[in-house]
Amino acid sequence: MTAVAEQKVGGRRRRVPLTEALTALGLIVAPFVLPYLGFAPNTVNQILVWGLFGIGFDILFGYTGLLSFGQSAFYGVGGFVAAYLLTKNLIHSVPLALLLGTAAAIVVGALVGVIALRRTGIYFAMITVAIAEMFFFLENSPLSAWTGGENGIPGVPTPKFEIGGWSLSVGTGWSMYWFLAAIYFIGIVLALRIVRSPVGAIFTAIRDNPGRVAALGHSVGLYKLASFVIAAAYAGLAGGLLGVLQGFMPPDAFTFDTSGQLVMQTAIGGTGTLFGPLVGAVVWLFLNDFLQSVLGLGGAWKLVLGVVFVLLVCFLRRGLVGGMVDLYHLWFRRHDAEAEAPEEPERAVPAAPMPAHHRVAEAQAGRPILKATGITKRYGGLLANSDIDFTVKSGELRGIIGPNGAGKTTFFKMLTCEVHPTSGKIEFAGRDITGMSVTDVCQLGLTKSYQVNQLFSRLTVRKNLQIAALADLRGKFRLDLFRNPRRIAGLTDQIEHTLELVNLVHRADTPVSQLAYGEKRRLEIGLALATSPSLLLLDEPLAGMSPQERVETVKLLKSIRQGRTMIVIDHDMDALFELAERVTVLQEGRVLTEGTPDEIKADPAVREAYLGGVLE
Amino acid sequence: MFNGLVLGALLALISSGLTIIYGTLGVLNLAHGAMFMVGGYAGFLTYQATGSFVLAVAGGALFVLVLGIVIERVIIRHFYSRPSEDQLLVTFGLSMVFVEVIRLIFSSLTRSVPPPSWGVGVTSLGFMLYPTYRLIVVGIVAVALLILYLVLYRTKLGMIVRAGIEDSVMVDSLGIDVYKVFMVVFGIGAMAAGFAGIVNAPVVSLTPDMGDAILVETFVVVVIGGVGSFPGAILGGLISGQILSLTSMVNPGYSYVMLFAVMTLVLMLRPRGLLGSRSRD
Repeated sequence: MTAVAEQKVGGRRRRVPLTEALTALGLIVAPFVLPYLGFAPNTVNQILVWGLFGIGFDILFGYTGLLSFGQSAFYGVGGFVAAYLLTKNLIHSVPLALLLGTAAAIVVGALVGVIALRRTGIYFAMITVAIAEMFFFLENSPLSAWTGGENGIPGVPTPKFEIGGWSLSVGTGWSMYWFLAAIYFIGIVLALRIVRSPVGAIFTAIRDNPGRVAALGHSVGLYKLASFVIAAAYAGLAGGLLGVLQGFMPPDAFTFDTSGQLVMQTAIGGTGTLFGPLVGAVVWLFLNDFLQSVLGLGGAWKLVLGVVFVLLVCFLRRGLVGGMVDLYHLWFRRHDAEAEAPEEPERAVPAAPMPAHHRVAEAQAGRPILKATGITKRYGGLLANSDIDFTVKSGELRGIIGPNGAGKTTFFKMLTCEVHPTSGKIEFAGRDITGMSVTDVCQLGLTKSYQVNQLFSRLTVRKNLQIAALADLRGKFRLDLFRNPRRIAGLTDQIEHTLELVNLVHRADTPVSQLAYGEKRRLEIGLALATSPSLLLLDEPLAGMSPQERVETVKLLKSIRQGRTMIVIDHDMDALFELAERVTVLQEGRVLTEGTPDEIKADPAVREAYLGGVLE
Repeated sequence: MFNGLVLGALLALISSGLTIIYGTLGVLNLAHGAMFMVGGYAGFLTYQATGSFVLAVAGGALFVLVLGIVIERVIIRHFYSRPSEDQLLVTFGLSMVFVEVIRLIFSSLTRSVPPPSWGVGVTSLGFMLYPTYRLIVVGIVAVALLILYLVLYRTKLGMIVRAGIEDSVMVDSLGIDVYKVFMVVFGIGAMAAGFAGIVNAPVVSLTPDMGDAILVETFVVVVIGGVGSFPGAILGGLISGQILSLTSMVNPGYSYVMLFAVMTLVLMLRPRGLLGSRSRD
């Protein structure tokens, strides 16, 4: 089964159905091969249940980057609800009971998610542990009348199917295997669809840089909750199957050990692969059998496992499957690398301008699109911005200059609603946006490219732009879990167009981590552009670029300004005076003056305060 | 009420260890419960060898101090620059290793350390009789917390640690070897748990799994008090101890449920915890 898993994960996008076909093949062949390797049918069945449990966890941890140590709560809820319904004869159909158990886990997952996702990282991990532990205690005493307390629920029936007078009853051993394998197969097919859907793409982006996902106009909170609930659903189904498999619903399903075992199996097998948890379960249960009975280590097997796990986390952080995928790519790249020397192509024709945002009613040129009145930002005793009045007309290209510490970046952060002003009011396209979230503001058509690159470094250039374009085309939250992104009208065009604009067509399938600095800078602008903003803020777009790159970028900025309003901060005076129609000068958190580039150059106050006579 | 005070004091001590490690190093040590457990067993061994309870406490605490320093040097140090998820995974793995090593050596049977001769029997508090040793535990833990407080707030090391909680990059750039500080802090934090482990040994008998339950309780304490806050850990510990023991008087089955309900409430109203600061987020 491991061998199959590797190929599947290594499979490239073009050969998509291959993964599913190989999984099916692997599941069909397994009962004929595994007995010769010393696997008892019951062990294989347990592996499948753990594998299924792990699919959801991998979507949560491997794809979305949320490490939960509390998955046992949903495993137990799904298991006990299904077992209770079946043993009390409330429901006779095993599949229906499993579905109801899954539904219960989904509900509980949503409730727990709302609480746990209030915090991230370490806090999140701690809260999930604590909540899962609470479920264990709930099961053990207050609810013991229903759950059997420490005894669990015995007598869970196995499924029987009647199709057109022909009845099939699932027994134990390999008979049970086929039932579980069919469910595992459905589970993996659905999961593959999810991770390839727009939602899956956003999950991986959240793992890399949640702040930028929010700034691009996606509701990070709701997507995280979606991922959490998906994981709970898989856990609930797996928990139900555990009861069916064993004929008994054990209370230890709810323990911290269950969550811990799941985390370890996933990490051993490899995160972000969907098949990792299955491989991890194989390793775990195989070592369990092998070390205990063959080597006679008895209780020490867990110690060996713990040591193996620590070593894996230290040295092979992507687990077994991840390590094999890396090896495969290493081999693959070696053949590939010589042929593909990334050379920047000369652009004969500049790309066509990009249409601006369609959701904001086309503001007439000359009317104010952005109006900030009296905005002030105070950090404790420090006054970053003080009483700034600022108006930009639709279609204008405005420059902002000011010495370091003048409050330019803070000012931009307030305009995009990343931070909220202490006082004052901001209007965009006739709407009061003061206090709105950065996500909502981006959805309205106002976004920013950052001074320090905020990219999704583990994704390719194309995927990066996809995340941005999806926010424009799908709104801030949509649960199209099974949709192929290529079916979204206009998505491919929007990505290709942005690639051309920022001249990264030849690098489209390169991971961001391998880009040169100048390319990353262009992608940073491309991310903002791909959301089709009607007002685009650029925070030092030329920072750190070579003179040649500056010329290119200025050309790019000129080419994208048609049909949209732009505000640019930069220290490169020559470039900014060439680009901008009007320039605002900030000094010590206030507006010093505002005017055309020529007026600014001639203004003695500006020379005094900022230019220091450098400019001739 | 008094049971709650004993439990709360212990939780406060263990949690303050967890919280100063997290606050300074930015690492949440999932092996902290195991440190508590190892402290108990190391003390048990010392007791068997010497027959002295005082030496047992010293032995347990010192062993865990050394163990903490070794773990930091050999493993944790390489994880500072890795994502927090990796730090959680590796400390979780370590926790399992320690539990299994202890299980291998001592088997799963419970072990107990008798209370010292000067702590046997009951003391009359005027309105009730109470086991003397438990009163002593409160005293010992209070002294330990006081020492920890003095170290944190009255010494140069403590000043660096507290500055490190605010901004470890800044401390580093001031020319202070933060790694050395990290090592010492990890050792002290672990020792706090180990010390609690051996002090608690006469009250509750030792099992290899005892760390898991304590770990979860300390999480709740730290979440309630505010991650990284030393006063928060003490306040959270005392509150949690009261919740657990007061609910137990009514119905033991609900004590944990109540504890987690309070944690949820705190999270809703004050997501950073009662005394949490903004610096680490």
